[in-house]
Amino acid sequence: MLNNYLLFGILPVLSISAILVFIRFLKGPYTLDRVVSLDFLINIGIGIIAIYSIVTDHSAFLDVAMILALIAFLGSIAFSYYLEQRGKR
Amino acid sequence: MDIIIMAMTSIGTLFILIAAVGLIRMPDFFLRLSVTIKAATLGLGFIMGGTALYFLEFSVTAKVTAIIFFLLITAPVSGHMIGRTAYFTGMKLWKGTILDELKGKYDRKTHSLTSDGDDPSERTPPVDEL
Repeated sequence: MLNNYLLFGILPVLSISAILVFIRFLKGPYTLDRVVSLDFLINIGIGIIAIYSIVTDHSAFLDVAMILALIAFLGSIAFSYYLEQRGKR
Repeated sequence: MDIIIMAMTSIGTLFILIAAVGLIRMPDFFLRLSVTIKAATLGLGFIMGGTALYFLEFSVTAKVTAIIFFLLITAPVSGHMIGRTAYFTGMKLWKGTILDELKGKYDRKTHSLTSDGDDPSERTPPVDEL
């Protein structure tokens, strides 16, 4: 019951939202739009990993989710820092 | 217990879907940023809570708490950095925006903030230029 609901109800909706974010990633008019989209894509990936760990009943996937949460932060910070330094003087 | 897990993951997924639709539909960069960061953090918090309720082990709960803590700490910092960069690089506001409180307060050359009374051009430059 729970597995079927998660597989056929929750994961497709998360995939649809990932596709919507990827559309913005492809056509975003500015570079910062792409930075925000990348951040959000990694967040959706964390959610998918969490749901998948419930479906397969393995809790080891959550380590990957924890690493990804840190990587996303570092990525968006680095992108915005260097984009800001480019416009300075 | 299954009902609670289903409800929590459904609420989280709904928030993430709303954030994704907002990222597509919003007319302005700042509105897109505002929609994304907050709603994604809340939705992921709900999904992680559902995961912790499913496993009910100490190690999983500790990992889930760490992930939620990282998200709650890092999301405002990265949102602020991205918004600041967008304002400096001259991102256009939406044509329906009626209030720009930062107008004229940021020095576009040295990227430093002044308060209301000061004139940005007469301000002394900051000591450390990084």
